[in-house]
Amino acid sequence: MYTLPNKLKVFALVFMVLGAIGIVAGFLSAPKTTEEVAAMMADSHHGEEHAAQTHDMEGHATVHNTEEHKTEIHAGAEHHQEGVGHEASHSEQDAHQEHLEHVMHQMQNRPWSALYIASFFFFMIALGALAFYAIQYAAQAGWSPILFRVMEGVTGYLPVASIGVLVLLMASAFGLNHIFHWMDPELVNPESAHYDKIIAGKSGYLNIPFFLIRAIVFLLGWNAYRWLSRKYSVADDNANDQSFFKKNFKLSAGFLVFFIVTESIMSWDWIMSFDPHWFSTLFGWYVFAGMMVCAITVIALVTIYLKSQGYLEEVNDSHIHDLAKFMFAFSIFWTYLWFSQFMLIWYADIPEEVTYFVTRIEQYKLPFFGMIAMNFVFPLLLLMNSDYKRVNWFVVMAGIVILAGHYLDVFNMVMPATVGESWTIGVPEIGALMFFFGLFVYVVFNTLTKAPLVAKNNPFIKESKHFHY
Amino acid sequence: MASKVIHALYNDDDILMNAVKTVRAEHYHIEEIYTPFPVHGLDKAMGLEGTRIAITSFMYGVLGLTVAVLMMNFIMIEDWPQDIGGKPSFSYLENMPAFVPIMFEMTVFFAAHLMVITFYMRSKLWPFKKAENPDPRTTDDHFLMAIDAGHGDVDAMMKVLESTGAVELNIVEQEQAH
Repeated sequence: MYTLPNKLKVFALVFMVLGAIGIVAGFLSAPKTTEEVAAMMADSHHGEEHAAQTHDMEGHATVHNTEEHKTEIHAGAEHHQEGVGHEASHSEQDAHQEHLEHVMHQMQNRPWSALYIASFFFFMIALGALAFYAIQYAAQAGWSPILFRVMEGVTGYLPVASIGVLVLLMASAFGLNHIFHWMDPELVNPESAHYDKIIAGKSGYLNIPFFLIRAIVFLLGWNAYRWLSRKYSVADDNANDQSFFKKNFKLSAGFLVFFIVTESIMSWDWIMSFDPHWFSTLFGWYVFAGMMVCAITVIALVTIYLKSQGYLEEVNDSHIHDLAKFMFAFSIFWTYLWFSQFMLIWYADIPEEVTYFVTRIEQYKLPFFGMIAMNFVFPLLLLMNSDYKRVNWFVVMAGIVILAGHYLDVFNMVMPATVGESWTIGVPEIGALMFFFGLFVYVVFNTLTKAPLVAKNNPFIKESKHFHY
Repeated sequence: MASKVIHALYNDDDILMNAVKTVRAEHYHIEEIYTPFPVHGLDKAMGLEGTRIAITSFMYGVLGLTVAVLMMNFIMIEDWPQDIGGKPSFSYLENMPAFVPIMFEMTVFFAAHLMVITFYMRSKLWPFKKAENPDPRTTDDHFLMAIDAGHGDVDAMMKVLESTGAVELNIVEQEQAH
């Protein structure tokens, strides 16, 4: 049995406390009035260009607004008027005021978005690990049963993460924030000046009650599988026959079918709907690939950590090699999907599609291209060599870069739609990341203490112990 | 010049593996082993060096990538400038996403084909090559170990080989073909 070291507990708590302070500071520092925004923009570093923009107010603010309309950075509903004619009738002062309000909404969205991104990032690690675990069962893999308890530890975060994500979705649904632009009832009201034909056309699917029902059904389904499979897996340790293994096998096969459908829908709901005008048909796969890389990376990191502490003696470098192969392969797979999405949209150059990438390349150049380097070039070069996949510190180094890169990937998926140009990676983002990291570490390692680290009665456990490449 | 070789035949891969270890411990020189199927771990037991084909594969891949870049640059940009996707920039870099599939495919094509050809050449397999297999039973259910018997005590070697579980032992005078 594994016992949670006190050092690790303190480590997790420190991260949670510091993170919580960062989150609170982020919320407190969000501007409440347009005067505060003007003051912030005047002296902040990032605001310099904004300040310059707002000084040549006429024309520019107008152009700026129409551009915004085109590129779909909807932070508040304010900027939804139809076109230039309406804008032009505003006085200079109004245009300036409107721009300030727009920036204010973006800045108010920022702590919420930061919280949402970090929460979703660790949620997707747990969910990805659950899918990976189910694949091992359904495929009756011989190499991995020795890592099942590690995977179960990582998925142990799923219930906690589900509550976190659901609370944040509820917060948006009940109007505490405006990060989901389409939730604004004005947009689907034909009488309103802000009426949006496209969003109204999607409202049969994209409406708050149905959105929440879907979220709850999906979360319940995933958590039910996690709960049952864990129960059977632990019960299997004391069983005399293989009945629990067979149950888990059937359950896993069923779960995978449920998962691949619901994961796709989840990614449309929870991420793609940030840009409600935009759509991509392979978005679900794209999110899935990122999810799997992160999950397998975390499984590898936890395994290496436990091994360095003297546990899991039977895990050898062939197991690490296999995990690193998966990290490498899914990094390539992620890149393949990222590029498939990018190239088709770039090639066709249809305005309604291409805005997505125009926004990101113009306003998020560094995270956008930085993440491709971190998620593709880095693992490609570092993990290509067969021997390097067996060197623990190589795997750890690649793993940390991959995780950071995929955090940036989620950041790029969410932030441009919610905070637009008013982005930085500062206290709210790092605070939220630290908080959820601490929580993740605590829950995962606490789950590991709940059962022996090796599932001893699994029919493939002997094969797994002797696994060598 | 003719050389003397002992052909030891086995009918099980586990027995063969143990025999290889014994023979190596006696410091006899194994010239070659013929098996009906790949035996896992045999290369390590024989003390063969790790393959360097992965390195050649990487170099061929880089070559393929280079060829693709130069080829597409010549075809689509220089020789007959193309307006790609309504973006008439006539610059390789700005049209690069359109060429990525070709760059990828050419990398794979070069790496795969040249690697296979390298493997055949390195294994001395080329068209119209006469088979070197000393005993057709090794294509069915027997394993054959060829041990150099040119120097040393042949009788002692035969005894050792017999003790390893060989089902048949032949001393063969071999023409030095290579």
